Amino acid sequence: MLELLQYDFFQNALISTILIGISCGLVGTYIVAKRMVFISGGITHTSFGGLGLAYYLGFSPMLGAGIFSVLSALAILFLSDNKKLREDSLIGIFWSAGMAIGILFIYLTPGYVPNLMSYLFGNILTVTRSQIIISAFLCLFIIVFFLRFYRPLFYIAFDKAYSKTHQIPVNVIDIAITITIALCIVLCLKLAGIILVISYLTIPQAIAGLFYKNFSQQLIASTIISTIGSVSGLFFSALLNIPSGASIVICFILLFILCWLLKRLVRKN
Amino acid sequence: MSTIIELKNISAGYDNQTVLHHVNMSIKENEFIGVIGPNGGGKTTLLKVILGLLKPSSGEIIYPDSKQNLFGYLPQNNPFDRNFPISVTEVVLSGLMSSKGLYRSYTLSDRHKAWELLDKYGMGDYKKSSIGDLSGGQMQRVFLCRAIISSPRILILDEPTTYVDSNFEKELYNILQELNKTLSIVMVSHDLGSICSYVKTIACVNRELHYHHSNIITPEQLDDYHCPIELIAHGKISHRVLQNHPPRINEKP
Ligand SMILES: Nc1ncnc2c1ncn2[C@@H]1O[C@H](COP(=O)(O)OP(=O)(O)OP(=O)(O)O)[C@@H](O)[C@H]1O
Ligand SMILES: [Mg+2]
Repeated sequence: MLELLQYDFFQNALISTILIGISCGLVGTYIVAKRMVFISGGITHTSFGGLGLAYYLGFSPMLGAGIFSVLSALAILFLSDNKKLREDSLIGIFWSAGMAIGILFIYLTPGYVPNLMSYLFGNILTVTRSQIIISAFLCLFIIVFFLRFYRPLFYIAFDKAYSKTHQIPVNVIDIAITITIALCIVLCLKLAGIILVISYLTIPQAIAGLFYKNFSQQLIASTIISTIGSVSGLFFSALLNIPSGASIVICFILLFILCWLLKRLVRKN
Repeated sequence: MSTIIELKNISAGYDNQTVLHHVNMSIKENEFIGVIGPNGGGKTTLLKVILGLLKPSSGEIIYPDSKQNLFGYLPQNNPFDRNFPISVTEVVLSGLMSSKGLYRSYTLSDRHKAWELLDKYGMGDYKKSSIGDLSGGQMQRVFLCRAIISSPRILILDEPTTYVDSNFEKELYNILQELNKTLSIVMVSHDLGSICSYVKTIACVNRELHYHHSNIITPEQLDDYHCPIELIAHGKISHRVLQNHPPRINEKP
């Protein structure tokens, strides 16, 4: 198992997994606390449209996904804010439109059809050096952002109107966290795949929620759990030669069941 | 008494309708304003305009130079998520947002202040509970603590006595009178009895606002204003008289 560490591709994947584990642990806790899981699913799937378009036009698919992801996140934020459109309907529209556009362009792209499977379910072989550098920056940014703006983030998530009456720049912080969520999702794409990104943003948080009822504790616990779960998933993926997304999700779920049983046992005694 | 906030000819409402028409109002130091009016009359809307949560469609609001620690607010119904991972103490501490600013972290003495308030208002046993585990009245007490922890210049209460029992209601009015020595209070209430015996000024909101600085309102005045309430005579005397409002032509006697 340890000889895996000698391979360049695996080192890349491992570093990027740890960075993503930390980022998603933090961002996901916010997403779950604020009940934004469905929005996150919408953003993830919309990004597929950008990916397809980028293939068709011949530029970096990750860049395409990133643009679509950020734009859709902001669009959902603004369009649902003025209450004219229901947020969940909007998400449904973006979600399906993104997938449709993605499929359309991938099929329109002449000649080479990219490996769809790796984008849908994740593939560790595709993690590049440059992606690691970007991940590292984003991870650092997220940590600093959460440390620096912990209270406003926390209180706005809890009670937006009250925060507004207290001269908190609610809109600026909302936009910042929305863009952060969108970028975090794009970074997960290669590792977890479009279909499974959502697990990164929900299962570790659900596990943390079993034991902790406080936001700050949940932040720390989810970060640790999400890092442990995804690193072990990565090893299984390489050893058993299965898509990384699937093996990481299985690890998360096993962890969840284990913790749930543990909690029940502790309760009983 | 110097003026803290002044509303000049404010009209405000929502997409499809204007709720408030040409409202003029001023909130002065140590004022205790009781806001009354029928359901849907625009009381909550008025508070939202004062708080800056709703942009008026016309008119002008003059705020003091610094808005820091200006408001404490107890909403009528808080649409928050009961599963949100926040403890009672944290909720109370969030009332310090404005006075602390964006970056300063909370000290132990802030915490002690929160705990003192919770103790005082009968919530001492729930300091560490999640907010979602409380009953409606208990939450109301916690949100009251949040509104007053920073000793804001203006305390804005939207029907503070909904959910709370009659014991705490009495206590609440005592607390408010005590607080009123150092800060201004704007309170919406349907409880005319207590409005009469505690507040200094009455504002009637029914699409328009009639703001009574004088101590006594005559039946004729009320009729002119179309106040949907019975007559309130108020002054420095300890008891107030409630009299029947003369029926209007289109009203049943
Ligand atoms: N968010 C909203 N969107 C659209 N219209 C609204 C909204 N909130 C209130 N209104 C409308 O504005 C009017 C005034 O509402 P407001 O909440 O200010 O009344 P209120 O005097 O506080 O009533 P209550 O005694 O029931 O609390 C109502 O007719 C209502 O239909
Ligand atoms: Mg109201």
